[in-house]
Amino acid sequence: MKQLLIAIKVTVVMIILTGVAYPLLVTGLARVFFRNQAEGSLIRANGKIVGSELIGQRFTRPEYFHGRPSAAGKDGYDGLASGGSNLGPTNQALIDRVQADVKKFREENPAYTGPIPADLVTASGSGLDPHISPASAEAQVARVAAARGVSLEAIRQFVAAQTEGRQFGILGEPRVNVLKLNLALDQAAPIKK
Amino acid sequence: MTANGILQIALFFVVLVALTRPIGAYMAKVFAGERTWMHRLLRPLEAGVYKVCGIEEAGEQHWTGYAGALLLFSAVSMLLTYLLLRVQQWLPLNPQGLGNVGEHLSFNTAASFTTNTNWQSYTPETTMSYLSQMIGLATHNFWSGAAGICVAIAVVRGFARHSAKTLGSFWVDFTRCTVYILLPLAVVGALLLVSQGAIQNFQSYTNAATVEGATQTIPQGPLASQEAIKMIGTNGGGFTNANSAHPYENPTPFSNFLQMLYIFIIPAGLTYTFGKMVKDTRQGWAIFAAMSVLFFAGVFVTYHFEQAGNPNLAKLGIANAATAGQSGGNMEGKEVRYGIANSALFTVITTDASCGAVNNVHDSLTPLAGLVPLINIELGEVVFGGVGSGLYGMLLFAVLAVFIAGLMVGRTPEYLGKKIEQKEVKMMMLAVLVLAFTILGFAGAGANLGTVGSSLTNHGPHGFSEVLYAYSSATGNNGSAFAGINANTPYLDTTMGLAMLFGRFLMLIPLLAAAGSLAQKKLVPVSAGTFPTHGPLFVVLLVGVVVIVGALTFFPALSLGPVVEHFLMHAGRLWS
Repeated sequence: MKQLLIAIKVTVVMIILTGVAYPLLVTGLARVFFRNQAEGSLIRANGKIVGSELIGQRFTRPEYFHGRPSAAGKDGYDGLASGGSNLGPTNQALIDRVQADVKKFREENPAYTGPIPADLVTASGSGLDPHISPASAEAQVARVAAARGVSLEAIRQFVAAQTEGRQFGILGEPRVNVLKLNLALDQAAPIKK
Repeated sequence: MTANGILQIALFFVVLVALTRPIGAYMAKVFAGERTWMHRLLRPLEAGVYKVCGIEEAGEQHWTGYAGALLLFSAVSMLLTYLLLRVQQWLPLNPQGLGNVGEHLSFNTAASFTTNTNWQSYTPETTMSYLSQMIGLATHNFWSGAAGICVAIAVVRGFARHSAKTLGSFWVDFTRCTVYILLPLAVVGALLLVSQGAIQNFQSYTNAATVEGATQTIPQGPLASQEAIKMIGTNGGGFTNANSAHPYENPTPFSNFLQMLYIFIIPAGLTYTFGKMVKDTRQGWAIFAAMSVLFFAGVFVTYHFEQAGNPNLAKLGIANAATAGQSGGNMEGKEVRYGIANSALFTVITTDASCGAVNNVHDSLTPLAGLVPLINIELGEVVFGGVGSGLYGMLLFAVLAVFIAGLMVGRTPEYLGKKIEQKEVKMMMLAVLVLAFTILGFAGAGANLGTVGSSLTNHGPHGFSEVLYAYSSATGNNGSAFAGINANTPYLDTTMGLAMLFGRFLMLIPLLAAAGSLAQKKLVPVSAGTFPTHGPLFVVLLVGVVVIVGALTFFPALSLGPVVEHFLMHAGRLWS
């Protein structure tokens, strides 16, 4: 009985310590030191929130670089339905989906004839991957240049400017943030909609 | 495999080795009640907890008292979480107005977080209020981790003490672990994650007007505080559905590196703590070495097969080989920022330990890469392992190893100066059998039930792997998933919840019993016939015992899942 009483008291005390004080302390410190990150690294344009630099969004128009296929929600990139396809390597549905995406990519990008980078036709684990590989960006350069009536070189310069190398020169993989790249393009050469 | 990938893996291991000794020595001091540099700041907090809760700091418990206190605390805190989830709708900090959680899902979730499993049958963004996440779930990330560490310390005391009746006080160990080890690590760990982009706020979800004119709802919440302890306590339950693949949980390659380190830092440190406590740090390093062998084996198998990719996709004109501009390999279910190497490494670490956080979709792994996490879990997660559970699991195998060595030479086995006799070996074998029976029993039954079959996303051998993985993960208290299985059904929620409780408590109790019996024994002086347990021969024997016990128990089941799928994948066979 004495032990049960201790168990109840410890639970209550520890809730206050680890369930209330700890998250509040972290929230306070995070707000002081890293406010922008703590609030979601949101991007604003003309006072409105257009997204987060960490959260990928859906692009379908030819003048924009496209992100990866997404299994988050019905149309993909649903912020409330993060997750992957969970399709196994021997699932017919996986092969069918990739085949359809390859076909679509070839139709939209006739100027590109090389092998298709693996990340461009596979769904990410989060469904919200904000990045594509530099090779996947290069594969779309000709299409975006044609749609915007700009030279290939000009578009390549934008891609290069938005390409992040490995962190500290060693960690992770080189990548291009799709939303930031498209916003930079729109800012430099707005398209008439 | 790329040179940079191998370099990143090597870097991770070097940093881990460098941190093992300082953190291990610190923990040894904390559990001995000695003064550390954190004393001035945290001693008042520790003393305050004792005072308010009526805990006697000098009090010691027999193994039954120790186990009883742990069980009582687990029961009380599990019940509380169950009740909280059932009524969250009427409580504050619920800006999205989420409803109460159903009966079987609440049971499954409460069992899951209490047992350090953190399997999630639900989608957090649309199920759990901020209050439930903070008070119902994140708290267990501290507590279940601390409880595991306490048991490991008690088991080590069983070896370190002689002619003693007690193993320490659960309440004191638990308080010290939370106050001096988990809280400071979590505060620093959380802030480092926020610096990389992890969110930490109490705002309602953000509605963004996207570039192409759609609306995207972006979740918010007190994420980083939960994220840090989720990794440090080897829990693994994500704030979001995508877990550590989600850009808000794990925003950059550096945050990914930190998360992997958080998982292993306490388990690796505990090997040193163990060496300190038995007054021979070579014993700790021998355990560390055996773990490292199994770690590297897993990493390179997974990395190799993931980089080789899926031959059925290669046929469609997709680049499987890595180039300077893209990572190649099996990118289904993976994030570009981690690529193949960091996804493979994370997969192995999270299942070596009982963490179960994922930064990529395990269900989409190529068959033999997916075999590795399954084996890791089924071996009992003893490769560094869960906080505490990894060490006591490996000590169990160490006892079996000296027992087998003793049988070979016909001599009473000894470990750390204690005679290993019938009672200890029986208790250790009981723990091994509980794991095997629970996994194989439930998975075997599940594979034959229509209600389970209709929960699967994948079919053929991969479907069987989904079921086997689910029960392995639940019993091993891992919590990662071949997540194509929809486990939120009354049958799966309930049986998996039970598997978690069996896998946790039916392992703990025999181990504490063995420790209690060991503590009472007298020390046997080292003689010419003593088998040294700090050299390479012992390391090889220990690795052998782990692999053989695992292989004999699980190889038949594994051949029906990942192994056969591997060959059929190469034959071009698909299932719809």
